[in-house]
Amino acid sequence: MNRGELWGESGKERRDPGGWWVTILLGHRSEGKLKHYFLHPGTLLLMTLTLVFFSYGFLTPSRQALGGLGAESRMVYPQPMALTPARRDVLVLTPWLAPIIWEGTFNIDILNEQFRLQNITVGLSVFAVKKYITFLRLFLESAEQHFMVGYRVTYYVFTDRPADVPQVGLGPRRRLAVLPVRSYPRWQDVSMRRMQMISQFLEQPSRQEMDYLVCADVDMKFQDHVGVEILTPLFGTLHPGFYTSKRDAFTYERRPQSQAYIPHDQGDFYYMGAFFGGSVAEVHRLTKACHEAMAVDRANNIEAVWHDESHLNKYLLLRKPTKVLSPEYLWDLHMLPWPSVLKKLRFVAVHKNHQEIRNR
Amino acid sequence: MNRGELWGESGKERRDPGGWWVTILLGHRSEGKLKHYFLHPGTLLLMTLTLVFFSYGFLTPSRQALGGLGAESRVAAVDGEHEQSRASSRMVYPQPMALTPARRDVLVLTPWLAPIIWEGTFNIDILNEQFRLQNITVGLSVFAVKKYITFLRLFLESAEQHFMVGYRVTYYVFTDRPADVPQVGLGPRRRLAVLPVRSYPRWQDVSMRRMQMISQFLEQPSRQEMDYLVCADVDMKFQDHVGVEILTPLFGTLHPGFYTSKRDAFTYERRPQSQAYIPHDQGDFYYMGAFFGGSVAEVHRLTKACHEAMAVDRANNIEAVWHDESHLNKYLLLRKPTKVLSPEYLWDLHMLPWPSVLKKLRFVAVHKNHQEIRNR
Repeated sequence: MNRGELWGESGKERRDPGGWWVTILLGHRSEGKLKHYFLHPGTLLLMTLTLVFFSYGFLTPSRQALGGLGAESRMVYPQPMALTPARRDVLVLTPWLAPIIWEGTFNIDILNEQFRLQNITVGLSVFAVKKYITFLRLFLESAEQHFMVGYRVTYYVFTDRPADVPQVGLGPRRRLAVLPVRSYPRWQDVSMRRMQMISQFLEQPSRQEMDYLVCADVDMKFQDHVGVEILTPLFGTLHPGFYTSKRDAFTYERRPQSQAYIPHDQGDFYYMGAFFGGSVAEVHRLTKACHEAMAVDRANNIEAVWHDESHLNKYLLLRKPTKVLSPEYLWDLHMLPWPSVLKKLRFVAVHKNHQEIRNR
Repeated sequence: MNRGELWGESGKERRDPGGWWVTILLGHRSEGKLKHYFLHPGTLLLMTLTLVFFSYGFLTPSRQALGGLGAESRVAAVDGEHEQSRASSRMVYPQPMALTPARRDVLVLTPWLAPIIWEGTFNIDILNEQFRLQNITVGLSVFAVKKYITFLRLFLESAEQHFMVGYRVTYYVFTDRPADVPQVGLGPRRRLAVLPVRSYPRWQDVSMRRMQMISQFLEQPSRQEMDYLVCADVDMKFQDHVGVEILTPLFGTLHPGFYTSKRDAFTYERRPQSQAYIPHDQGDFYYMGAFFGGSVAEVHRLTKACHEAMAVDRANNIEAVWHDESHLNKYLLLRKPTKVLSPEYLWDLHMLPWPSVLKKLRFVAVHKNHQEIRNR
C-alpha cells in the first residue's frame, strides 16, 4: 500500500528509518526539519483493544476457582448419556456399587472442582528400608509430576536410613516427613511390618494433618495422572496378574489355619498390596486389623503365602472397598505386555534385581 | 417284600386295614383278639431323622441373617463392636469379572463416579448384608393433600410389599386431612406418622411448598429417628423391589421422559431471572421431582436450598417452569448426587411404553384425572 496515502499526506516524505509500521502507528507530521510523532487515535484504540483482549485470560477467575454453593460454577463439559456407557469393555461398578476406576469413566474437571472445595490434604506413605532407599528419588520425582498435582500432599517416608533420603524439589503445598523405623532381616518381615508401622503412625497426632492416606510400594514410579478420582473411604487396586483370573486361581491364603484364609468359592478380586488407601480412619482400621491378624498367625507358627497382601485380601473381602482401582494404577511392563484394555499406565514397577535388593 | 418276614413274624395275620405301611412303621403283636401297636425302634429313628431333615431349613438362620461375625470373619471379629462394621460372613455369590461389564447398554457410572442404579448392576445380598449391620431406619415422606389422599392406600400397601422390606421404616404422611389417612396393615418394625399441614389453593404451590415442609420437618427432633429420608410423590405405586441399593448421601432419579434427550431439550428453567436458571450448554441429567432422597443432613440441605430459592423467585415475581422440580434440577447440577436412580425407579406406563432397557419397573405412576384431582 502507499504509506503516504494512508493518511492523505501530500507528496512523499523521506521514509522514517524505523519502518513503515512506525509511521502507521504513530502520527507523523513534518514541520520543517522537525518530525513530530504523536499517537494516532486509531493506534490508541488498537492498543486498548489488544490490552483488553490479552488481559481477559488473566483477570477472569478460572472456572475451577469459582466454587462455592450459590455461585454458578460455569463448567462446560460433554453431557453424560444414560444409554451410552463410558466403557463397554470393562466392569466399572462392583456388585456392591463401588466404582472401578478406568480411564474414561471419570471427568477429572468435575472431580477436581468437588475436591478442591474440600481443601483436602493427601498423605502418601512409602517404605524405603535398606537398599530400597535407592528407589526413593525416582518415586518422589515422578510423584511430583503426577500424584495429586495441585493439592496439599505430604510424603511420609519410613526408612532405617534417614540420612540417605534424597533431596527432591517439591512443588508448593507439598512436603516430606521422614519417619525413622527399624529394619528386619527377612524381606517378608520388612513387607509385613509395614502394616504395624502405618497403624501406629496413624495413632499419632500427625494423623490429623491428613484427610486421606495412600500407601504405596517404593520400587515404583508414576508415569501418568493419579488424582482425586481415587479418593474414597477405602480403596484397593486390582493386581495386574489376576484381573482376568477366576477366583479359584487367586493366590489367596488357602490354609484354614491362617487368619488370611479364603476358601476357593469366595473372593471378589485379587488386590495387590502395593497400592491401597482411603480415609485416615479406614486405613487405620485396615492396617491395625492386618497387623493383629499377622500377630495371631505368628503365634500359630504360620505365615500367609503372600504375607501382608494375603491379609489385605482377607480384609477387603470382609470389609469391601468403596472404590477399586483398575490395573492402570499398578502395572509391571517387565512382566506383562501393555493390553489394549488399559488406556493409561499410571503407576508402574521399576525393575529391580531381587537377589541384590532383598535382604541387603 | 414279605411283610411278615420283616420282623420275623410267624405266619400271616389278618392285614391291618390301615395298610402295610402302618404295619411296617408300628410294631404289631397280636395277642389273642387285641392288637397292640408299639413304636418300632427303627420307626423312631426314621421319624427322628425326618424331623431333623425338614427342620434344618427352618431352624438354621439364612445366610443373609448370619451377618456380623461368623467363624470366617476372624479379622472383623477383632473389632466387632464397631458399629460401622460391614463384615461379610460366609456368602457365596458369582465372582465379578473385571472384563465383563454387568450392563453394556447403559451408563452405570456418572462422570463424577456416582453409580447409576439399573437392574444387574448390584447384588442385593451383598448390599443387604452391609446395610443390615448398620441397623438403619429409612423414612419415606409423602404428601397427600386434598383429593390426593385417595392415592395413599395403594401407595402404602405397595410400599409394604416392595420398599425396604426387612428394615425399620417410618412413613411420614403430610396431609391436610389426617382423619382420612387409611388404616393400612404394616409389617414389623414399620410405622406411620401423620403430619398435619395446610393446603394451598394452587396445585403448583401444593407441590412447591413440600420443600419448605420437609426442610422444617427435618429441623424437628424426629429427624434423629432416621438415617435416610426418601421423598416421593403419592400418586404412585411400588410394583418391584426398591431397597438399600438406593441409599447414599444424596440421590436423584432420571425423569423417564428425558433420559434419552440431549441437555438442550431438558425442560430446565431457561430464564436467567429465576434462581433455577440453567443455560442450554449445562446440565447432566433431568431429574424428576417425584423421587429423591439421601441422608437426613443432605435432604435437609437440598429442601432448604430449594425452598429459599423459590422464595427469592416469588419475591421477584417469577415461578420456575416446572416448579420445585426446576429448583431440584438446579440444586443437583451444583451439588451432584452420590447415586442416580435409573427410570426403573420412576415410570409411567400410561405415557411411555416399557422399553427393553428397563428390566424392572419398580415405582410407577397411578393414573389420575388431572382435572378432577387438582385444585379440589
